[in-house]
Amino acid sequence: MAPEPPLLSMSGITKSFPGVRALDGVDLDVQAGEVHCLLGQNGAGKSTLIKVLAGAHQPDTGTIRWRGEEVTLRSPIAAMRLGIATIYQELDLVEHLSVAENVYLGHEPTAAGFVVRGRTAKASTAALLKRLGHAEIDPARLVGELSAAQQQIVSMARALSHDVRLIVMDEPSAALDPDEVDNLFRIVGDLTAAGVAVVYISHRLEEIRRIGDRVTVLKDGQAVAGGLPAKSTPTREVVALMTGRNVEYVFPDRPVSPPSAQPVLKVQGLSRQGEFESLDLDVRPGEIVGLAGLVGSGRSEILETVYGARKPTTGQVLVDGRALKPGSVRAAVRAGLGLAPEERKAQALLMLESVTRNVSVSSMSRFSRGGWIDRGAELGAARAATRELSLRPDNPSVPVRTLSGGNQQKAVLARWLLRGCKVLLLDEPTRGVDVGARAELYAVIRRLADEGLAVLLVSSEVPEVLGLADRVLVLREGRVVHTAPARELDEHRVLDLVMEGSPAS
Amino acid sequence: MTQPVSPPLDSSTDKVPPARPPAWRGLLIRADVRTLSLLGVLAVLIVIGGITKPDEFLDTRNLQLVLTQASVIGVVTVGMTFVIVSGGIDLSVGAIVALASVWATTVATQEYGFAGILFTAVVVGVGCGLVNGVLIAYGAMVPFIATLAMLASARGLSLQITDGRTQIVTVPSVLDLGERDAYVLGIPPLVMVFAVVTVIGWLVLNRTTFGRRTVAVGGNPEAARLAGIDVRRQRLYLYLLSGLCCGIAAFLLIVLAGSGQNTNGNLYELDAIAAAIIGGTLLTGGRGTITGSVLGVLIFTTITNIFALNNLQSDVQQIAKGAIIVAAVLVQRRTASTT
Repeated sequence: MAPEPPLLSMSGITKSFPGVRALDGVDLDVQAGEVHCLLGQNGAGKSTLIKVLAGAHQPDTGTIRWRGEEVTLRSPIAAMRLGIATIYQELDLVEHLSVAENVYLGHEPTAAGFVVRGRTAKASTAALLKRLGHAEIDPARLVGELSAAQQQIVSMARALSHDVRLIVMDEPSAALDPDEVDNLFRIVGDLTAAGVAVVYISHRLEEIRRIGDRVTVLKDGQAVAGGLPAKSTPTREVVALMTGRNVEYVFPDRPVSPPSAQPVLKVQGLSRQGEFESLDLDVRPGEIVGLAGLVGSGRSEILETVYGARKPTTGQVLVDGRALKPGSVRAAVRAGLGLAPEERKAQALLMLESVTRNVSVSSMSRFSRGGWIDRGAELGAARAATRELSLRPDNPSVPVRTLSGGNQQKAVLARWLLRGCKVLLLDEPTRGVDVGARAELYAVIRRLADEGLAVLLVSSEVPEVLGLADRVLVLREGRVVHTAPARELDEHRVLDLVMEGSPAS
Repeated sequence: MTQPVSPPLDSSTDKVPPARPPAWRGLLIRADVRTLSLLGVLAVLIVIGGITKPDEFLDTRNLQLVLTQASVIGVVTVGMTFVIVSGGIDLSVGAIVALASVWATTVATQEYGFAGILFTAVVVGVGCGLVNGVLIAYGAMVPFIATLAMLASARGLSLQITDGRTQIVTVPSVLDLGERDAYVLGIPPLVMVFAVVTVIGWLVLNRTTFGRRTVAVGGNPEAARLAGIDVRRQRLYLYLLSGLCCGIAAFLLIVLAGSGQNTNGNLYELDAIAAAIIGGTLLTGGRGTITGSVLGVLIFTTITNIFALNNLQSDVQQIAKGAIIVAAVLVQRRTASTT
């Protein structure tokens, strides 16, 4: 039997960026008329994969077959000519152009080859919008005046203005209300009924259950499962694949008796509109408190607000009983807070600088008199701090960008160790860190806690929170739904707590 | 089998950490390649000057003239380098030099003599820098726009003050500074000021917390903020510093020209930016050296001098400058991508 070849077949796709292997031999098959869901955590390689598919990135190795024939997607235009359209999460519309101009951008209907026939474009845009169930959008309006949901419809109209056979949708429901999600699903249903394939990316499992046909799960640049049935694969199996516990991490032992000192960090009624609400928590010296929750549950926002990098709507943060000035990082740092942010390279490191300078940046006054830096003292202190964390290579003069992910994270921790902070806020501390280096990082974090630091930990990997923290707060949609000592929770219980009652279920 | 082999391997890696010497040397070589190539360009220019006009170019007086001319724009470039390293830009430097030079040479100011002229030039420069800095740091204006507005306003104000006339300096002590009698060991005082500003600039950028903060703010403002640096205050200080340099440069120009004019400092902003860029300062911030910028200034001033000696028109000079900027950036991109 010779079945019809899949519409799209990508095999062995690899793609490396300096310092990262974003895709490591990914296979993906998509049939005409199916909704193929792509699942994976942030950084798993989803975005890179769809950019390869859209012709925006060139793969290092691997082949792409389109209706059985090998093709090279040299540019977004090449992909579009084959009938592959991509609707990115960050919509790529031109705000100062009208709806119709956006829809036909780059392939305007013309007369005599160069005169744009605006009226034709408007008429066919109106027809497309009607087909998408949004006849109320005026093709002549500026895109910048539309709501996010309407902009997404325009983006879809643009995809359909080409002769499209495959549409990639990157988290299309993220910005939508439940009604709009229903309309989106109706559109997806119409498309697939017409034989168009949809590659659908979402974090929301219940959506995938509703509209998906098959699921491919990505983790760390690899497809850990391809073509699972979307409706019948148990949630736990999917989550287990996403979080991927093929390696058992070794977590350090917890202290025998829980710390009994007064809390050093107290958060009272902290809220930020649309992100999280009335959060209360406290952390004692020597204690690690973990926040568990899905992407979008407000975890990172909470840490950044506690740190003063975002201004709370209400509530306050107290360190040693004294309220911090809201929205001031400097006040937080002065009071003894330190943050290891989620995006290490973008938010923490000075990539052009040496390890020493990255470590000393928050404690420069310590090595300077009248603004004059004693470089010997600085180097010595940086060396002591990085040695204490066994940062490798054991030479703080090397540029920080030459370090591995785990050692870059140690450089960030060394910064706060050197500063002598009392409360360490860790946002996804092992993101981008090799599996082998994780256990070491866990041991370092536990040791810092044992030495009297209070640690507030955020991670999307539930086992990490359960294994490392003493106490766990489970978050769902910006609210704490459960608090318990880590040893009284297991992963299934936490996943049930974070998933039950997600929107659109 | 493996056991007898592994101990020597281990001990050898322990004793000679392989990453260490190459990393160090790499840094050194990279820093040197940039400076050396600039020195090389300067040397080639001097050879060209020496061959085309052997008597005139290598004459002591001519070399003194080149360095004196470099001093005014050089001081401006030191300030500009700090601003660019911090990720900003200051388009108003030429206009500030003009405003400071005319304000310091009004009849009223000249009554206060040497100190009055120097003080006014510096205060006007710092004042303009303060306005720039407040608008950018606390008014959240884009540096390009805020300093463009300052350029227009300061030029306009200079014209208003002078009414288009040249304001002759009548204070002898100021004029004397430009005379040959004031030269120390053959070095004009203006050049000494330039040298001192350069050395201080280098020390501040490389050896002080101020310099570190400047680099951090330019390299990654978000990381700097999250590391507890007051990014806004640092930005304010940087535009103050640039204004201060403009004030000093205005005073040097007053000494050099013996007058104040509203057309002073014309296109200094472009010359200073160009010198910083060919000196290896990243326009996106985070990296730059005072040494490179000063070499950039010397290269441009030398070219101007050689062209003038050979009676080549200024249009040819402009074309050569443009070509050098493009070449320097291309070379730097290549060295950056290979590391």
